Order: sequence, then C-alpha cells, then structure tokens
Amino acid sequence: MVTFYRRLPKFYYVAPNAIEEVLSLLSQYKDRAKVIAGGTDLVPKLKRREIKAPEYIIDLKGIPDLDSIRYSEGSGLRLGALVTIHAVETSPVIGEKFSVLFQAAQSMASAQVRNRGTIAGNICNAVPSADTAPALLVLDAELKLISLRGERLVKIEDFFIGPNKTVLTGEEILQEIRVPELLGGKGVYLKLAPRHSMDLAVVGVAVAVVLENGVCREVRIALGAVNPIPMRARKAESIIKGQRMKAEVVERAAQIAAEECRPISDHRASAEYRIEMVRVLTKRAINQALFS
Amino acid sequence: MLTVNGKSYELSVSPWRTLLEVIREDLGLTGTKEGCHLGECGACTVIMDGKTVNSCLVLATEADGKQVTTIEGLADGDKLHPVQQAFVDHGGLQCGFCTPGMIMSAKVLLDEKPDPSKEEIKRAIAGNMCRCTGYTKIIESIKAAAGNVEGK
Repeated sequence: MVTFYRRLPKFYYVAPNAIEEVLSLLSQYKDRAKVIAGGTDLVPKLKRREIKAPEYIIDLKGIPDLDSIRYSEGSGLRLGALVTIHAVETSPVIGEKFSVLFQAAQSMASAQVRNRGTIAGNICNAVPSADTAPALLVLDAELKLISLRGERLVKIEDFFIGPNKTVLTGEEILQEIRVPELLGGKGVYLKLAPRHSMDLAVVGVAVAVVLENGVCREVRIALGAVNPIPMRARKAESIIKGQRMKAEVVERAAQIAAEECRPISDHRASAEYRIEMVRVLTKRAINQALFS
Repeated sequence: MLTVNGKSYELSVSPWRTLLEVIREDLGLTGTKEGCHLGECGACTVIMDGKTVNSCLVLATEADGKQVTTIEGLADGDKLHPVQQAFVDHGGLQCGFCTPGMIMSAKVLLDEKPDPSKEEIKRAIAGNMCRCTGYTKIIESIKAAAGNVEGK
C-alpha cells in the first residue's frame, strides 16, 4: 500500500449537535481546541505544521441552522458561520443586493474549495489578503461572537488586529455575520492576482457608493493585501463624500487611498507595485460602481 | 458509515485521517490521486453529496453519512462514463495523474450545465492543475462530452 508522509498530526475529534455544547467544550479546552468549519484553511495549516496541533478539533457542522442565509428587507443579511463561499456566490439575493460580497466570493480559490470553505472561516483566519474582508468592510458588517459568558457584536473594522489575528478569544466563536443593506448603493470588488483562480490577492479593492442627484451621499473604500489588516481607506472616502462626482475627484481619492495603505514587499509583489495598483484599482472600482 | 460509489462501508477510522487516505488505503480505490495534499492541485477531487471537494482536506469522519463518488464509480461495467470516453477519444490526458480529478470536476459541471461555454469549463476546472497538456485538449474533451462541436 501507498505510504503517506504528509499526514495530519493526531487529535481528538468532537462533533456536537448544539452550539451550547461547542461553547462549553471551548470554555473547558480553550487554546487546546480548534473549531473546524470547512477545514480548507485549518487542514493545510495543520499538515504544514504551521500552527501548534490542537488536542481537540471541534466540528461545527453538526449544529443546525448555522448554514443559513437569511435576508429580510430592513434588517439586511445574516450569514451563519457555516455558510460556504459557494452558497454566497450562488445566492440570488446576495447577487442582487450585496454585489460586492458576491464578486469577492466568486473571485476566490477553486470550486472544490468554495464548496467547502466558509465566509466566516475566511474572516476568522484573518489573512491580510482575505477577499471577503474588504467586501464586508464596505458593507459595514457586524460579527456576532458568542461564548459561554455571553455574546457581543463587533464591527468588522474592529475585528482584525494583525495578520492572522483577531479579537476572538479562545472561548469564542463567530456565530453570525450581519450585513446591513446598502440602500440605493452599488458595490464593486476588484482583485488583482496573476491567476484568475486559485490565487491570493496581490491587491483587493472593495468600493460601495450611494449617489443622490450626482452627489455622493455615502462612500466606503476598503483595501486588502496592502496593510497588516484589511483596512478602510477613510481619508480617500472623505475626499469623495458629499462631492459632485467628477473625474478629478475620483482621481484624487484613488491617489489618497494609495498613500494610506501600508503594504509589504514579498514574493508576490513589491510594496511600490501594490501602492500603484491600489491607485489604479480604486479609481477603476469607483468608476465601475458609479457607471455600471 | 461511509458510502463510496454506492457501497456502504462501516469503518473505524482515526480522526486525523483524511478522506483521501481512507479511500486509497482502506478501500483500495487508488484512482483518486494525492498531489499537493494541501487543496491546491485538485488531483484528489471526489464528489461528495453532489459537489466536488478536495478529499485531502476532508477528514474521513466528516464524510460520515455522505455519498462519495470517486473515479471508480463513474463507469458502468466496461462502459466508460461519457466524460471518460471523451477524454480517451480526444486525447484529454498525457501522464494521466490529474485526469481522475479533472473528470470529477467536469462531470459535476456537466450535471449542472449540460452545455457549458469555454469560459465556464475553464472556471470549473480551475482547481485542477495539469502540468502536461496545457489544458487545450482537456477543454476540447469536456466540450465533446457535452455534445458540442469542438470549440477553438
């Protein structure tokens, strides 16, 4: 028989069918446990021995309702922790009303990974290039974190604290992503990557704009892969907000966005290239949001 | 209880073993290949409850109660599945290592979209790396399997 030499480290596997049970296991084991949803980030990390092997892996997939996508007018969109990337990229309501998130989901990985990987997992792994992060930032999403001690709502802007680091404690899980509706607005996500698929963003730009009689009532710009954490480009936003939309204004905002980000140079791209591409893509994304 | 190609298996499996390991080592179905082991290459693609997954990223215990189809489950006796036959007829392979995974992705695509465009085919197999063919023959094979005229 075939010999494998690239196996997972050993762990206990628990698959509770109630969220309370997950929370009580987490409060007991804390950092000795890891939760698994799609596993498309966790399993490679464990195989590569990038993170310390947990003693326990707690599977969320036995918990009912966590995979539901709920939308109601007024209260917006609610995505359970088990909603897959595939479920988002094929959801008609997300395609229609939350196009920026729809586009981000479509830009990710491969069919196999999208079928398995979750939006919540993409956020919780907190990679600086996570595609859904800029999309959820411009939608002003809120994250419902839950532990045995209770629950709290955290704005996505306050969720990331560094590369691969979030405010989640070892006892908490992200139960639900809440996305308010962007009334009358239009969102766009643009991803720069050498390959169309199976690639991380070199730069990711999400934009959401609400226009009223040619004047920008609301604008949000978020950048991925060009900062230690996915960020809102607030200075660039302030250039546009309240202005009549003209080419010079868009140009100026894109320039400011490029000055706001703090990219690193690595094997994917140099910092200088990323900065220039932030300018190009921000301008392009705003124009697409305005004129498409 | 694991169901692979319509056959149910009652197995006792260590929790850290992947679906791929169990399919190959315990069930002896070596048509499913291990390439990168990290979900990048798609050689280990199987169909689980109607959707393609990288079996190297799925814990065997996570497949409990699911319907799994591997490349061995496609042919009907000696008669190849139309997608398999198309790959043979149109030379959609060279070394053949990526082929089982490629065919699983193509099968699910054609189940969902019987007449896909070239762009849809390319997107559907984007998670399956082939280092021999340059993909042209693979795309032609899938087009042919869909009953289309070969697209250039």
